[in-house]
Amino acid sequence: MRRLLFLVPLAVFAVLAAWLYLGLGGDPSRIPSPLVGQTVPTFAVDGLATADLEGPALVNIFASWCVPCRAEHPLLTHLAAEESIVIYGIAYKDKPEAARAFLAELGNPYRKVGFDEDGQAGIEWGVTGVPETFALDARGVVVFKHTGPLTPETIRHDLLPALAR
Amino acid sequence: MSTMKLSAAILALTLAFLPMPAMTALDATEMLADPALEARARALAKDVRCVVCQNQSIDDSGADLARDLRRSLRARLLAGDSDEEALAYLTQRYGDYVLMDPPLKPATWILWFAPAGFAAIALLLGLRYFRRRE
Repeated sequence: MRRLLFLVPLAVFAVLAAWLYLGLGGDPSRIPSPLVGQTVPTFAVDGLATADLEGPALVNIFASWCVPCRAEHPLLTHLAAEESIVIYGIAYKDKPEAARAFLAELGNPYRKVGFDEDGQAGIEWGVTGVPETFALDARGVVVFKHTGPLTPETIRHDLLPALAR
Repeated sequence: MSTMKLSAAILALTLAFLPMPAMTALDATEMLADPALEARARALAKDVRCVVCQNQSIDDSGADLARDLRRSLRARLLAGDSDEEALAYLTQRYGDYVLMDPPLKPATWILWFAPAGFAAIALLLGLRYFRRRE
């Protein structure tokens, strides 16, 4: 048994190397949100404030200048129309006219839209870029956050289960 | 060419290739009127990571979000926050990730102590090896 002891450093190295290798696969722009598990942050912008939010619901941060937002828009429309999920929108660092034109063109899946022209509400929500989507439960606690455009997979595997919980 | 001219040319060339000093991305309109408060804001901004550019502090970064964070940091200081409270305001929203130095806590023990731990293990193994050879 003692003769095999020389293998221990090799085993430690293998485990460490595997762990570090897995770490390379992560997306460094995905930062875990400290908001998950917390109640909705206090914010108030033109059109939307903390008191308006009634969970279970989604809060979607979007902007008319954001191309991935355009890509994710049909999914939001689908969620609102087919799955009857309440979605609130926050137009982040966007001119209200531009955001309204964006919704007029693509359809408005939101129950209410807030216009966060200077990005201050974005900071309250810990937004790093658009789009971002938060799921709230019935008590108004953030149960899930997704950075980047939603995909059918994220919706099925993460978003809907988080809302149903 | 006279020596004078030559040294002037060399000096000019040297200056041209001198690395630029680290500049702040801060523009004058963002600065606070109170110099003491502004100095605190500058010092704090160097410790806050720009979450979209990641290896720059918000003091260095020209990103939009960095400017917004500088502005809200200054707003916190103007509202009377201490340095710790102002940083806590940001970590509550962006997580510890927003700090350039990860804080020491159980979740980061591996990060802070693993290098010293590995060095200690290596030292022990090395000592044992050499002692056995004697």
